[in-house]
Amino acid sequence: MTRTATLPGALVLAAALLAVPAQQPVSAQQGQAAAPQVNMARLDYGLKARALADGVYVVEGANADFTPANGCNIINTGFITTGAGVLVINTGTSRLYGEQLRALIARTTPEPVAQVIHLNLHPDYFLGNQAFAGVPITATAATRAGMQREAASYETNLYRLCGDWMKGTEARLPTQTIGPGPLRIGQREFELREYRGHTGSDLVLIDKTSGVAFVGGLVFADRVPTTPHADPKAWLAALDSLAGLKLGTVVPSHGPVHQGTRGLQQTRDFLRWLDTSFTQWASQGWEMNDVLRAAPPEAFTRWAAWPAEYTRNVAHLYPGYERAALQPRRSP
Amino acid sequence: MLPRRLLLSACAALLCLPVLAAAPNDSFEGDPFQSFQWPELKKEFLGRGARTQFDARVKVQGPTFAEDPMNVPITVSTDLPGVQRIVVLVDRNPIRKVLELQPLAAQPAVSFRFKLEQASPVRALVQTADGLWHVGGTWVDSAGGGCTVSGATRADGSWTQTLGQVSGRVFAGQASTPGGDSAARLRVRIMHPMDTGLVGGIPAFYVSKLSVRDAADRELLRIQTFEPVSENPVFSFDFAKPPPGPLRITGVDNNGNRINSTVE
Repeated sequence: MTRTATLPGALVLAAALLAVPAQQPVSAQQGQAAAPQVNMARLDYGLKARALADGVYVVEGANADFTPANGCNIINTGFITTGAGVLVINTGTSRLYGEQLRALIARTTPEPVAQVIHLNLHPDYFLGNQAFAGVPITATAATRAGMQREAASYETNLYRLCGDWMKGTEARLPTQTIGPGPLRIGQREFELREYRGHTGSDLVLIDKTSGVAFVGGLVFADRVPTTPHADPKAWLAALDSLAGLKLGTVVPSHGPVHQGTRGLQQTRDFLRWLDTSFTQWASQGWEMNDVLRAAPPEAFTRWAAWPAEYTRNVAHLYPGYERAALQPRRSP
Repeated sequence: MLPRRLLLSACAALLCLPVLAAAPNDSFEGDPFQSFQWPELKKEFLGRGARTQFDARVKVQGPTFAEDPMNVPITVSTDLPGVQRIVVLVDRNPIRKVLELQPLAAQPAVSFRFKLEQASPVRALVQTADGLWHVGGTWVDSAGGGCTVSGATRADGSWTQTLGQVSGRVFAGQASTPGGDSAARLRVRIMHPMDTGLVGGIPAFYVSKLSVRDAADRELLRIQTFEPVSENPVFSFDFAKPPPGPLRITGVDNNGNRINSTVE
């Protein structure tokens, strides 16, 4: 227990050390994780843009669970210059995040913002939209419908979890529908692919020039996947399809930017374990409290947000497995 | 956040208990959760003269926090002999009594899910044959709101098509069921909106009594359930040996609708 209690201190120290190189100019940061230095008193997220390729930037959040101490900034957003304006990929958890992201973009490139795209319906993908009023804000039809359905509960939930960071935040929904296929802005060509499984509609955006892929919520790296809208079997199928694309630089929404299939494989391992175990345990009559206390493969327990996220996984998903185990028998 | 909770629970488990046990005249009456509601709760639901003791042999398991405050899973079990009743109370819920089980031929254990309105102790009060109430509990953290929101089938109106339907199964010889040496577990799900009466314009509407009988019509257990039990409740009951089936599940809700079904 003592060791658990001191761990966050060690992490903070590590984060502080990692953040030092990030003080250097953008061009020198390639290949370095830029852990944000959060200032709670000033409500400053400490956002930094790290160039992954010419004109392709990631803005990295903490690889952790939502807490006021990290500003509830646990998402990697991004932006890409095109010669005809900037494409912004997700806008963060709050009005403040959106404003600070927009200011960061203005500090990084003289190009105006041309378009915002949301890769799925989750709150940290779009609650920063207030800062992008007047810009076309795009998402798939299913994501737009989902955002509309969930927006009010997202606002209240995130206020409860994050406090002051959420001041003045109101959900602003996308203004245009976008579908899978090629997307051209200025000199850039993107490929958009739509999957489902993490949510009802998961977009992947690939920049054809650099090969950098923003894979949204389909891939988690060194972090327990989140599942409030998940369908594990569909998600696994999506990952199989994604694996076939032979992606190079992968930007997951949660966890470090990496090369190749490392995050994809972790996410696949976790979902396979969860799907197989939940199926088996439901067929043996396990209760949710048994499932909450089951021993997972040790590797998962070293990931960020363990065990809190697993507690949520069980709440979201186990009832479905349970129903399947109880249902086929006779009813009156 | 988690480490702090761990430290607090370590305090509750290791430090606070003996101190409080040594000073039973404190205003919390030895309650390890130091809940102001406890003395009143005890009086209201057990009566003035009831004898109680906090007892580690009454095990209450729940999640550390309620991801879904409308479905908080709780498992109660005890190795106390001669258990007559198990009452589950939630200190800080607007409706505090969740259920009351008479195990009869079943093991003194029950699992269910319930609606939690805010962070609270969740208690199981277990009465043994000598009349003494043994009290155990767990703390569940919550962002709140479980009792004052409609369930999904109430919100979309689909409850009318499924009201009172029962699905269930006896899991026998599953030695791999953790947390007990029971030879059989009945898991049963009953379709019912379980309205709390705390949502504007929707009166309380909930399953109030259930009974399980074996093939020889012997009553195996009896349970009273109240508004805080979750929508479309799922219960687990354990048995020392597999009861002769099919099992008959009968019951009634507070509007007089009957439940009558068999589970193989």
